[in-house]
Amino acid sequence: MSERYESHDVDVLVIGAGGAGLRAAIEASAQGARVGVVCKSLLGKAHTVMAEGGVAAALAHVDPSDSWKVHFKDTMLGGKMLNNWRMAQLHAQEAPDRVRELEQWGAVFDRTQDGRILQRNFGGHSSPRLAHVGDRTGLEMIRTLQDFGVHQGLEVYMECTVTKLLKQDSRVVGAFAYWRETGRFVLFRAKSVVLATGGIGKAYTITSNSWEYTGDGHALALGAGAELIDMEFFQFHPTGMVWPPGVQGLLVTEAVRGEGGLLRNAAGERFMERYDPKRMELSTRDMVARAIYTEVKEGRGSPHGGAFLDISHKPAELVKKKLPSMYHQFMEFANIDITKSPMEVGPTGHYIMGGVRVDADTGAATVPGLFAAGEASGGMHGANRLGGNSLSDLLVFGRRAGAGSAAYAAKTPGHAVVDPAQVAAAERELLEPFERASGPDPYSIHRRLQQSMHSLVGIFRTEEDLVKGIEEIRKLRAEANTVRVEGSRAFNPGWHLSHDLRNMLTISEAIARCALQRRESRGAHARLDYPNLDPELGGVNSVATLDDEAVRVSQSPLPRMPDELRALFVAEPAGVQS
Amino acid sequence: MPEAVLHVYRGDASGGGLKEYRVPLEEGMVVLDAIHHIQGHQAPDLAVRWNCKAAKCGSCSAEVNGKPKLLCKTRMDALPPGQPVVVQPLKAFPIVKDLVTDVRWNYEVNKRIPPFTPKPNAEWRWKQEDVDRVQEFRKCIECFLCQDVCHVLRSHGRTDAFAGPRFLVRVAGLEMHPMDALNRTKFLKEDAGIGLCNITKCCTEVCPEDITITDNAIIPLKERVVDDHYDPVRMLVRLVTGKKKDE
Repeated sequence: MSERYESHDVDVLVIGAGGAGLRAAIEASAQGARVGVVCKSLLGKAHTVMAEGGVAAALAHVDPSDSWKVHFKDTMLGGKMLNNWRMAQLHAQEAPDRVRELEQWGAVFDRTQDGRILQRNFGGHSSPRLAHVGDRTGLEMIRTLQDFGVHQGLEVYMECTVTKLLKQDSRVVGAFAYWRETGRFVLFRAKSVVLATGGIGKAYTITSNSWEYTGDGHALALGAGAELIDMEFFQFHPTGMVWPPGVQGLLVTEAVRGEGGLLRNAAGERFMERYDPKRMELSTRDMVARAIYTEVKEGRGSPHGGAFLDISHKPAELVKKKLPSMYHQFMEFANIDITKSPMEVGPTGHYIMGGVRVDADTGAATVPGLFAAGEASGGMHGANRLGGNSLSDLLVFGRRAGAGSAAYAAKTPGHAVVDPAQVAAAERELLEPFERASGPDPYSIHRRLQQSMHSLVGIFRTEEDLVKGIEEIRKLRAEANTVRVEGSRAFNPGWHLSHDLRNMLTISEAIARCALQRRESRGAHARLDYPNLDPELGGVNSVATLDDEAVRVSQSPLPRMPDELRALFVAEPAGVQS
Repeated sequence: MPEAVLHVYRGDASGGGLKEYRVPLEEGMVVLDAIHHIQGHQAPDLAVRWNCKAAKCGSCSAEVNGKPKLLCKTRMDALPPGQPVVVQPLKAFPIVKDLVTDVRWNYEVNKRIPPFTPKPNAEWRWKQEDVDRVQEFRKCIECFLCQDVCHVLRSHGRTDAFAGPRFLVRVAGLEMHPMDALNRTKFLKEDAGIGLCNITKCCTEVCPEDITITDNAIIPLKERVVDDHYDPVRMLVRLVTGKKKDE
């Protein structure tokens, strides 16, 4: 059966070629594994390029008193103590080495006066901590990893989409995919698989995410029997562009506030005074997003329904030097010179904190042979991610998942025989939309999903909305099974969407069901009907699994933090405010 | 609502032609918005590459009214009013389908560039001024518009002999990196074919990141190649000292 297909044998198959995927691939390869990297787009185009402000690491170049312990504490407090403590610890401890390593691979960060890596302020970080390159840090990172990786002999399968993980008994043993260019199918036999597929921003109308962000890794993991945790925590970045319509949601880096940008409402008030007077503009993303949303809702918004973000009081040359892409972005898309006038900004769907449940040290998922890193994995960021902690997450846990998957592959004797029934089912699912004589088109279902998620599973949630949202998603899931696709299998975006849509719908249901289950407000999850923190719920992760297409949710106790780390928080009751 | 008329190339390696579409015009709309509107409402199988939609990833390169452009950065209101907007695939690369071309050759060129090779035991400290130029080169988003417009590749199809502006920029970023220890002039001369560039500066004109490709990257590299491989004084020194070119 499998002879009908092009097939490739690798030790470690990495799905996704953003920061986490590339770092995982580089590490697995360094450990001696034969590595294949599969990515939906061309190499170097993953969403990591959109990360702007910087990578958080306690290098202590600008503030000598900074240390991993302070970074750890900031991260846990920002995540409302729901983070996996071990991940937060490893992350804070290892991020500085990962940044220095990147520099040794050719990355060129901005410099301090004494010639070291420069660090800037960001929300929720108590010291200037973000190593950066102007406002294009993610591009620097991905290009460095890409160029380092290609010389290491990674086999990269570009514009190739994995639609199913293949299993033998309980173990993940490969993947079924199609080439975008031809639509032809391809099989990967692997001893272990790393999911590094990013998030699911495309389930929302207003998002900073690209077409690739359709919850693929989350859905592949669920389909393979793995657990997801904390899916209710979806981050709205407080500052996306709100005008003109075509660029609505486009990211405006937090570095604008890090460099001293001020937020004002239509009346000219610095409204953060009312929400977080201590940290003001440099409050955490969940707080700032809700503040802007509330200002607009209560009639104090800017003309196009946002808040004003102003950096024009800083010298024009500094703005152009430290925020060059913001300067160009507003000049070209909105005819606004940010060195002279304020920007209009509002919340935009940005990042999912929840994801595949993994072992902190190895990135192993709850299914043998399966690993995950980066946005696709859960636990590291708890209920709310601090800006800058994503790029460091990718490096730290990309490397760890690469090592974990390579070690797993090394003790796996050979490749499993691919089960023809699983392949046939995967093939049937992809081809059915071509065979239907009639049916809805995937674009219209996608638009309806985005609207439902935005209005019913958005920044503020209620039981009534969530119940309605789940009903709506279930209806759309049924409709998605009847879509009809036009044209051929060659580079057909409608066909690609028909499959991505299934992932988005499954994962959207997981988000909504976890949100319904968590009857409290914590971090990015804000319930109008349960506006306060519930200390008991601070001790549980939400868990989502798939049971024959049905999304099931439950709860499990949070891993207990050891006493020596717990001691760091004794004088810090502020950590448990929502 | 006002309408825009687009003539979009539909076809593949076996042939094709421009097809007319009409889309409602919104304020601030870019060509990629119009293409997405066509996809979402009229032609679901219209092939186009895109990712960030913010001019940061370099995926949506195509030709608008015959000029190499990022579709996400080309505003409809900046194009001549009352005339159809013609959108075609990059001309320098083989077509895959509609607006998508086969750019894999670029990735093969990149693999051949001698990688970043740090000086042993160096202290990793340098001044910001020392890397401003390198950072300019590292802004490149690999949209390949410079490759598309370069006549060596576009008109003469010399992918066999010339690496193209994108990869000369990448080499410049390595050569001028304060910590890099390698000399790549032999690669530039023999593999990258830098001599084929006759500095018409078309690449600089189309660069969406405003990298001064010709003046800041290519010309200084050409000078290095000349110094290492054609300078009679240096040749003599090499003859006497016995030092090889790439030491």
